[in-house]
Amino acid sequence: MSDGASATGDLRDTSLDGPTLNVRLSRVWGTPRGLLGALTTVDHKIIGRRYIVTAFLFLFLGGITALVMRLQLAQPESGLVGPDTYNQLFTMHGSTMMFLFGVPIGEAMAVYLVPLMVGTRNIAFPRLNAFSYWVYLSGGLFLWISFLLNIGPDVGWFAYVPLSGPEYSPGKRADVWAQMITFTELSGLAVAIEIIVTVLKQRAPGMTLDRVPLFVWALFVNSFIIIFALPAVMIASTFLILDRLVGTHLFNPAEGGDALLYQHLFWFFGHPEVYIIFLPGTAFVSAIIPTFARREIFGYLALVLSLIATGFLSFGLWVHHMFVTGLPQLGAAFFTASSMLIAIPNGLQIFCWIATLWDGRPVWRTPLLFVAGFFFIFVAGGLSGIMLASVPIDTQVHDTYFVVAHFHYVLIGGNVFPLLGAIYYWFPKFTGRLLSERLGRWNFWLAFIGFNVAFFPMHISGLMGMPRRVYTYGPEMGWGDLQLLSTAGALLLFASFVLFVWNVAASLRRGDVAGPNPWNAGTLEWATASPPPPHNFNRIPLVTHREPLWAERGGLPVVTGLSVSHRELMVSSVAEAEPQLRETSPAPSIWPLVAAIAVGATFIGSIFTPYAVLWGALPVAAALTGWFWPKAMPEDEE
Amino acid sequence: MTTLRAETRPARADVPRVTRDVSALPTYGFGPTSPMWWGTLGFFVVEGTAFALALGTYFYLVQQNQQWPLAPAPPNHWAGTLNTLLLLASLWPNRVADRNAHAQDLWRVRRDLVIMSVVALAATALRIYEFTGLGVSWDQNAYGSITWVLLGLHLTHLVTDAGDTLVLTALMFTRHATGKRFSDVSDNAFYWYFVVLSWLPIYLTVYWLPRW
Repeated sequence: MSDGASATGDLRDTSLDGPTLNVRLSRVWGTPRGLLGALTTVDHKIIGRRYIVTAFLFLFLGGITALVMRLQLAQPESGLVGPDTYNQLFTMHGSTMMFLFGVPIGEAMAVYLVPLMVGTRNIAFPRLNAFSYWVYLSGGLFLWISFLLNIGPDVGWFAYVPLSGPEYSPGKRADVWAQMITFTELSGLAVAIEIIVTVLKQRAPGMTLDRVPLFVWALFVNSFIIIFALPAVMIASTFLILDRLVGTHLFNPAEGGDALLYQHLFWFFGHPEVYIIFLPGTAFVSAIIPTFARREIFGYLALVLSLIATGFLSFGLWVHHMFVTGLPQLGAAFFTASSMLIAIPNGLQIFCWIATLWDGRPVWRTPLLFVAGFFFIFVAGGLSGIMLASVPIDTQVHDTYFVVAHFHYVLIGGNVFPLLGAIYYWFPKFTGRLLSERLGRWNFWLAFIGFNVAFFPMHISGLMGMPRRVYTYGPEMGWGDLQLLSTAGALLLFASFVLFVWNVAASLRRGDVAGPNPWNAGTLEWATASPPPPHNFNRIPLVTHREPLWAERGGLPVVTGLSVSHRELMVSSVAEAEPQLRETSPAPSIWPLVAAIAVGATFIGSIFTPYAVLWGALPVAAALTGWFWPKAMPEDEE
Repeated sequence: MTTLRAETRPARADVPRVTRDVSALPTYGFGPTSPMWWGTLGFFVVEGTAFALALGTYFYLVQQNQQWPLAPAPPNHWAGTLNTLLLLASLWPNRVADRNAHAQDLWRVRRDLVIMSVVALAATALRIYEFTGLGVSWDQNAYGSITWVLLGLHLTHLVTDAGDTLVLTALMFTRHATGKRFSDVSDNAFYWYFVVLSWLPIYLTVYWLPRW
């Protein structure tokens, strides 16, 4: 194995210092300017930023579909949109929020923050990271362009057969849904593997498993849920597309198939999906609370174990989405019990967070406000969840607005509120400027009030018997007033997001300059400049504590010996984070984009002819070969 | 501006306390030392879960039907059995390739990769031939569908591995065949273990379960 220290032209950071080191590393790790630079970059911060912005864009598009639906339902027998458009709207809303926002946003934040928090220079497999972003973007554009061409899916975000099957959904709408799944799940799986390997193998020396920040633990566990859950929806959507396009009978009862099989496959993914959306929320909360409570987190071990327990239990709940499908009673009882069981680790987490705040000296800045909003909303959603875990109640309110209210409390409470807090918290790290605190408070209160006004009345609408997914209702049903109230709340909630965008746009130009650590936080991402340089850290820190910046007030101890003439990072052991290798990290490349285009063309082609998979295999193989073939650069020749 | 800002200490990054130097560490490693090995393991999990769910589907459909197989006769197993024997036998040259990669013996690694390329291509060809002996078409009934799906799903892995091994073989005959590439050869061998082992439950299910 090479002894690079003596190799000619391989300069080490040992012999450089201060600004010279910074300039040198920035040049080696930097992304070239211009269009080519933008298309070839493998910097996790640039890709992470794109991921975050794109996911927010889809959040807005999903929000607009919701708003149109709310306007339609604001009064009985409204004629704003017809039934066909309405079917597309709720399908687009659910699919966009779950697949283009819910899963990607957690991974997007992880792509940006995890490498910084574990003290490394780039994510593991940075070209795969670039590829996954392009695939995700293509999938999102494919869905939305199809919608604009009036071939948007109209079979619900879970596309149950037989409705989505060949008999009842002729045309291409259901195929668009199924292939959008293939795009987004491929990209989601790739990112999950990158995060897992980054956490296992690229932690800074000294960051033993019990010093890994809770944020990183949560996204690490989340990545495991992703790699076990997402294959199920890929299998379900692939089987669906096979039934639709090449005439298989997997879901066709007339030829020995089974329609309920689809629901099992879908919800084997679909329930863990809820936790895939929630766990990043816990990650944000666990990062924000210690900083603003001014003390270390209470019950670190209990929190880590709760995350892992949640991960396991999330795979044992799926059937509670199928209580009204006529399952054997014993099965239903089992899944009721397991649905209640998962409340235990989640409750434990909430108590640890409250204990941290209770024993700390809370500073009520915007990020912490959003966390408080999360407590209120998520716990309310959890309680209605416990109600739904009981078969008799579930049977009564199944497919009503009660369920709509419940899962918006859980998903918006569990993900979106912590996320907004997280953006307020890390915006200074992303951009170098703080968001306005004054607008932030307005933003929080508008969102909090708007949310509750929109969704609380839906519990009652549901109990009054209003079904989901109806495009209108008669005045004699008596739902009009509550529906109008929900629409008013939705408008307020939307206004809070407009304010958020305004805050972001204004603060980007005029916000207070943040400096490296504006909140005096304890984790490693705050040890570097804001925004961080391309190489993240001039020298790799040595970690001695769970909150390194609080423990090492005089500056972090560091490790030296990495190359400054090409991209090199430290690989460490899984449990003890003991340095093992100085490994090269891939340089920018156009091949991930080329591969993503080839893969995308194959996916889209396949909904028109199965032969597209054969033809497409050639360009895909060519692109992957181009990707992996070593180039004349030091990163490839080591 | 805030209490938090006031508490911020001045950064003292200019006076680093160097505690350790890693110059002497190697630049690549094998097995669990290498991040690529863990990445490969991650893809095993993903693909293994997909296999498990497809097999689960098969058993679910068996339960849903009074009679199984939904065909006059079970599939002809001889091509599949031959392929299984070939795959099992290939574990030995695969092991040798891995060992020679660890030893960084370029000549032997080239020889082993050529052998493994031939094996992968032969297994792929044999697999395509296996479809002709199934005695049921994918669009005939659910039994035909899931049988074709299982065989097809594993076929994509054979094709992927064949492509991968061919490119790597070509690479090892160029000037790039140094250092880290030996670790790549080792990871390629690791993937082949997965391809072979994931086949065994599929083989038993597709060819022997209908004879039960």
